[in-house]
Amino acid sequence: MQRRSFVQASLALGSLSTLVGCAFTGRIPEKARVVVVGGGYGGATAAKYIRMLSNYKIDVTLIEPNSAFVSCPISNLVIGGSKTMADITTPYDKLSGNHGVNVVRDYVASIDAAKKTVTLASGPSIRYDKLVLSPGIDLVLNSIEGLQAANASGQILHAWKAGPETLALRKQLEAMDDGGVFAITIPEAPYRCPPGPYERASQVAHYFKQHKPKSKVLILDANPDVTSKGPLFKKFWADNYKGILEYRGQHKTVAVDAKTKRLKFEVQGDVKADVLNVLPTMRAGTIAVQSGLANANARWCGVNYQTFESTQAKDVHVIGDSILLAPGMPKSGHMANSQGKVTAAAIVAQLSDLPVNPDPLLTNTCYSFVNDKLVVHVASVHQYDAKDKTYKTVAGSGGVSTAPNELEGIYALNWAQNIWADTLR
Amino acid sequence: MTQRFSVRHRWAITAAVLACFLTSAHAQSSADTLYQRATAATCANCHGTDGRTTEGSAIPALAGMPKDYMVLQMKAFKEGTRPATVMHQLSKGLTDAQVNSIATYYASLKR
Repeated sequence: MQRRSFVQASLALGSLSTLVGCAFTGRIPEKARVVVVGGGYGGATAAKYIRMLSNYKIDVTLIEPNSAFVSCPISNLVIGGSKTMADITTPYDKLSGNHGVNVVRDYVASIDAAKKTVTLASGPSIRYDKLVLSPGIDLVLNSIEGLQAANASGQILHAWKAGPETLALRKQLEAMDDGGVFAITIPEAPYRCPPGPYERASQVAHYFKQHKPKSKVLILDANPDVTSKGPLFKKFWADNYKGILEYRGQHKTVAVDAKTKRLKFEVQGDVKADVLNVLPTMRAGTIAVQSGLANANARWCGVNYQTFESTQAKDVHVIGDSILLAPGMPKSGHMANSQGKVTAAAIVAQLSDLPVNPDPLLTNTCYSFVNDKLVVHVASVHQYDAKDKTYKTVAGSGGVSTAPNELEGIYALNWAQNIWADTLR
Repeated sequence: MTQRFSVRHRWAITAAVLACFLTSAHAQSSADTLYQRATAATCANCHGTDGRTTEGSAIPALAGMPKDYMVLQMKAFKEGTRPATVMHQLSKGLTDAQVNSIATYYASLKR
């Protein structure tokens, strides 16, 4: 009895010291066992689950420049007008308060994989045993002539990282006169969130149908056809947005002119629109590219899929949208969260001298709103194959919705609430 | 004397072997627990960390769900006898052993 009370008291003290220790967010340790760079779906999940799966024995420092997490999933509903920025924003304080993750608000300026240190933009260096990089994507603005300047001046937005541009694009749509044209351009796959551009176009079409019925949505896609949930999107567009939304495949954008509001293509003639939403080619997040980890076409980071350890640098794990995808794997928030957990378990095993899970498993569920209530999904299960050292979608599993439906609209919003909590609280 | 030393020596070896066996058995069980938690965590994206959903969630919580019930529901999703929006597609990606392990884990947690 006495011993039990002692154990309980020690446990209570342990968690108390964790809580006290983590109350000071922004504490920069000289050495952290695990440093996680990037607090999105991948990094925040990895940070939390390394703490949880190690029974709170492994110290984790998360480095993230933003003060709060803003979700890309659901952000198209802010652009469509049925959700607000507050609806898609979650603070980082629960990661420290509930899980003892030391959250440092900063950028990582450089990584020294040989010395196992990261140097923060503010100056200090932190040593690590394991580094997890989850820097998301870098939008290659200079891959389209004129885009860099047009984006810097706020005239042509991508809004492909949820945040200020999400709201700014909404404002451009609100300011547009009825009878105007909204044009969204899509780069060749792979890019972040395959169905995202089609969901966004649907949201804008829904907004126009309600409030600016003379206006038009134009999708200009570098791919030959809709890359995700194609038949579902196209049927809904034909049934509900006829005369409002037009889809054109095989339109590769090569230049923009912010002054005349024109898009130039590799093959076809110019297109003029009132609100231009240009999504350029994407690649691994800047810090991953700078650190030489993007060893696949200088765009994506090759990883050992069992542990997500970089094929370029030992003890550096890369997850989320920055990685070179295994077959059938999308660049999605849900996938990044799943990868964060597999990586967390692998790191906990490695730092505990345990064998790494020989059969890791990933899932993906992705919901797209075709208006403010109706949703279509795609789901998949990815099992690691030790022989071929990659993930394979399990035969017979996964699939899409039969048709847009309201029940999935409810599930989609609940999915968001639960994954935000699973990632950040 | 030699005899006694030898007996003691044998005991020492036995103890060492036993300790080694216990340590590796302990390591294996720690590893298995880790894999089980990580595999169960693939449900948490929708069903909440450790199967505890956010308040008012339409997606059911899994924490404390009786194991036999969860195994049967997953079977029903797989066989198409329980209608679903996504679970009929996700359940087909899991082996019976994975379902069993996941169901055991969530049944062991408090609601």
